[in-house]
Amino acid sequence: MEKIRFSRRQLCIPYALFLFLFVVIPMLLILFYAFTEEIDGAITFSFANFAGFFTSRAKLSTLLMSFTVAIISTAICLLVAYPVAYVLARSSLRKKNVLLMIFILPMWINFVLRITALRELLDLLGLLESQNYLNTIIGMVYDFLPFMILPLYTTLEKLDKNYLEAAADLGGNKFTVFTKVTFPLSMPGVISGITMVFMPSMTNYVVSDTLSNFNITILGKLIDEYFTTYDNWHMGSMISIILLVIIFLTMLATGGFKDSEKEARGANLW
Amino acid sequence: MVKKIISVAICAIVLLFVYAPILLLVVYSFDKSNVINIHEFSFSFDLYKQLFRDSKIMNILLNTIWLALAAAGLSTILGTAGAIGIFYSRRRFAKPIYGVSQIPVINAEIVTAISLALLFSMIALYRTYFSLIVGHMVLCTPFVVLSVLPKLKQMDSNTYEAALDLGASPAQALFKIVIPQIFSGILSGFMLSVTLSLDDYIITAFTKPKTFDTISTYVYNAVKNGANSSTPALRALSALIFVVMIAVVLLANLRARKSASKEPSKG
Repeated sequence: MEKIRFSRRQLCIPYALFLFLFVVIPMLLILFYAFTEEIDGAITFSFANFAGFFTSRAKLSTLLMSFTVAIISTAICLLVAYPVAYVLARSSLRKKNVLLMIFILPMWINFVLRITALRELLDLLGLLESQNYLNTIIGMVYDFLPFMILPLYTTLEKLDKNYLEAAADLGGNKFTVFTKVTFPLSMPGVISGITMVFMPSMTNYVVSDTLSNFNITILGKLIDEYFTTYDNWHMGSMISIILLVIIFLTMLATGGFKDSEKEARGANLW
Repeated sequence: MVKKIISVAICAIVLLFVYAPILLLVVYSFDKSNVINIHEFSFSFDLYKQLFRDSKIMNILLNTIWLALAAAGLSTILGTAGAIGIFYSRRRFAKPIYGVSQIPVINAEIVTAISLALLFSMIALYRTYFSLIVGHMVLCTPFVVLSVLPKLKQMDSNTYEAALDLGASPAQALFKIVIPQIFSGILSGFMLSVTLSLDDYIITAFTKPKTFDTISTYVYNAVKNGANSSTPALRALSALIFVVMIAVVLLANLRARKSASKEPSKG
């Protein structure tokens, strides 16, 4: 019996089909739902959701608040992660990889459980139910810190030390060497860290729900509510489109269309 | 000296922040009381006894593990085949496939979740085991592709040709020559998929059957219904998962480092 001929190229057919069915078509459906509405059971093309979003004070303030929470969380993550990554990368310890490991280890543990544990701690400190915004920001920083430390460490570790020595030889003091050489050279890490923390901080509503006792509605929660509570999938899809535009714009602004997330997800560590 | 003290202090403070909640839960999983109270602690295994007697939670734990293994297994097969296909395809085919493959990686999880909800409700498969598994595969498979592709690039392509010249069929050459060389990438893709699936809440919430729960959805709903304190067994479960995961990840990494230092040529 003759074997069926196959070429290695054909191996991507199942994956291509899978992506078409479960990624491309669903994304097109969001677009379709966003620009249609249902009136008396008939689906018609409309800009009502678009107009509805931008004329609703509540939705716009949710967007603004969510943006603010995400910016503050990202900034704090960067401020906390940079010194840690810097110290680890600069350390002369032989086992600094193991040390790094200890810092980012929690990202392999179910985040819902970790956030619930943080909730217990905040409750103990008397912050729960009184400091909803603060708790949400603490939670975002807690959850996403490893995703900031990892890319920063990777770039700082690879940084060519000859540049730093050259800068020092040319008369730069420690501060100028850092601001003029180290920091600019670590920008790729900073950028990939920001892209990895910013978007989830706008959308991961498990964190805000758990730590604010369901009192804070971030953008991701708003989408969830339109699907599960209000049962208005058209508006939910429109908010998703707006979120996608924001993601696209941050990517464009930071030039972050790279495989950075894989690195941060620790693919290289398993 | 001062510099060193500052460095150590920074690291210590951040580590305290990272591990304080975990430590708190682990310590108080051995407390007799159902509510955490800093002034009172009496050692007991009560919560663990409750946990192992709670057949519902045990069931959910098994569900979560089975789902992760099934989704990761399927994603690994699909993603490995996909990566090999992409690697050997012409650029004009490979590029769009790779590009679309990046969408779930970059996208917000909530958007992926509702997009799948829209699709599956249209074909009457919304909230079924099928939609759940597919949802997790959408989450995991792109990461398998991302793990396998670099290994293909590192591979010596002559070995495959040599196998064909020596009379192997393409399938034989694939399984005996290509797969062994990219196996570390396949394995890390699988492990990554298991982690992603275990960690997931949002996609699970939008694709799972109504009566099915994973640890993530169960705990979230327990908090939502204010049942957090009435199910203290969850504290014991969290503590167990924390300790097991920390041990597993540390061991896996120490072993990886050991074998890496044995063969210094492989990055």
